Amino acid sequence: MALYSDKVMDHFRNPRNVGVLEDANGIGEVGNAKCGDIMKMYLKIEDDIVKDVKFETFGCGSAIASSSMATELIKGKPVSEVKELTNKAVAEALDGLPAYKMHCSVLAEEAIQAALEDYQKRTGKTI
Amino acid sequence: MIYADNAATTRMSDAAVHTLTSLLNETWGNPSSLYGHGQKAKDVLEKARKEVAEVIGAEPREILFTSGGSEADNQAIRSAAELGRRKGKMHIISSAFEHHAVLHTLEKMKGEGFSVTLLDVHENGMIVPAEVEAAIRDDTCLVTIMTANNEIGTIQPIREIGAICRRKNVVFHTDAVQAVGHIPLNVSEDNIDMLSASAHKFHGPKGVGFLYAKKNIQLTNLIEGGAQEHGKRAGTENVPGIAAMAEALKEANAKMAENAAHLTKMRDRLIDGLRQIPHSALNGDATHRLPGNVNFCFEGIEGESLLLLLDDKGICASSGSACTSGSLDPSHVLLAIGRVHDVAHGSLRLSIGEDITEDETDYIIRSVKEVVEYLRGFSPIWRDLMAGKKAFIL
Repeated sequence: MALYSDKVMDHFRNPRNVGVLEDANGIGEVGNAKCGDIMKMYLKIEDDIVKDVKFETFGCGSAIASSSMATELIKGKPVSEVKELTNKAVAEALDGLPAYKMHCSVLAEEAIQAALEDYQKRTGKTI
Repeated sequence: MIYADNAATTRMSDAAVHTLTSLLNETWGNPSSLYGHGQKAKDVLEKARKEVAEVIGAEPREILFTSGGSEADNQAIRSAAELGRRKGKMHIISSAFEHHAVLHTLEKMKGEGFSVTLLDVHENGMIVPAEVEAAIRDDTCLVTIMTANNEIGTIQPIREIGAICRRKNVVFHTDAVQAVGHIPLNVSEDNIDMLSASAHKFHGPKGVGFLYAKKNIQLTNLIEGGAQEHGKRAGTENVPGIAAMAEALKEANAKMAENAAHLTKMRDRLIDGLRQIPHSALNGDATHRLPGNVNFCFEGIEGESLLLLLDDKGICASSGSACTSGSLDPSHVLLAIGRVHDVAHGSLRLSIGEDITEDETDYIIRSVKEVVEYLRGFSPIWRDLMAGKKAFIL
């Protein structure tokens, strides 16, 4: 059996929404280099909708796949819904992660939460 | 596929496979049985013991067959510790970058009241003999230092360390798992009292290894039971595996100089090529290292993603990143040579095999460059480094 599901490998090999969003109005970065994982999420929110999203990740295969999947799950969604995104949803969408890699999906959730907080700080809006 | 993970395991040689399979078919008797069929197996076993002993300059009765390197390390340390305990000597000297088979056994010995000094391996991954000498106390019962490191391939000055131990009357054990069959070793010339080896690191089968113990050293059993292996390791012997190990070792020994010359050339070609990747660094001394070992850190990327993408390109390698170990900490070896976590996560070990070609090394260099560049392209750390928000470490 392979280490990761086909879906994880697909998102790892062909990450969606990778890169920097120059006009982002919510940016969140979580993790640290010491533990070997850093995720940075860039959100462009308009009319309470995540119009665009991009990510940058330093980390293992499942960290990259989790970021990629998370961006797909939130793109075009209302922020109220994005706020409720859980790491479990990310992991399930990837057809599961090995137990010791679940923290990668947690990072994805946290990166999005951090970006939403940044958005609220910048705009003074409450989600 | 380019297999560049020979430090993890090697493909069995054709001769070793032939020996193993033919013995499985024909010589399956129990060496402890007195009838001819059993005695034939006993002959095979003792022939293998003689052959293994010859290669490392030992006497046959000084060779104890084990299930591999880890068992040999465990038994060597426990035996020396027990001998020490009887004399009230309960201090052991080792190094910070030993294999876990050694380090975890030492942890256990600590729990039994032993004190352990782990020597610094310095930035180049080399132990300084004078520091071994300085660490020896009146109550030191064992010095255990690996011959060559499994991750960064640095070859330790074991002959000098052994000489110091002889002079100070301290038992010297060396975990030679990565060295046997790859670099010249002779237990008498190298002043070794105990040595551990594993067959699958030199094109023999898995699950077989041996412990050399100088004849004056009384071993402590890890496995109790029958009188096999001079009563020091119970259990019916893995005769086909042991004979295949001896076959592989003879072959590796016969071709050692030729293999080492080719591997060294290919290794240095890889090192020169990979050094051109900006913000990278070779781990471990460039010259005192195993002919087939290359180990680099690349700043701004993580090792597991590097390995997965290299796998897609048909290259099998390994990394000391945390993600490949299942823990949050990167390799203790890289930390021991002073690599900080940030860069230790971005390590790559290539342990090439004798059949590697120049074209293959060039393909590896191209592939690693490509993958490192790709991963850096969306690494937030790399962005910060390039923007000057963080200082480069490498």
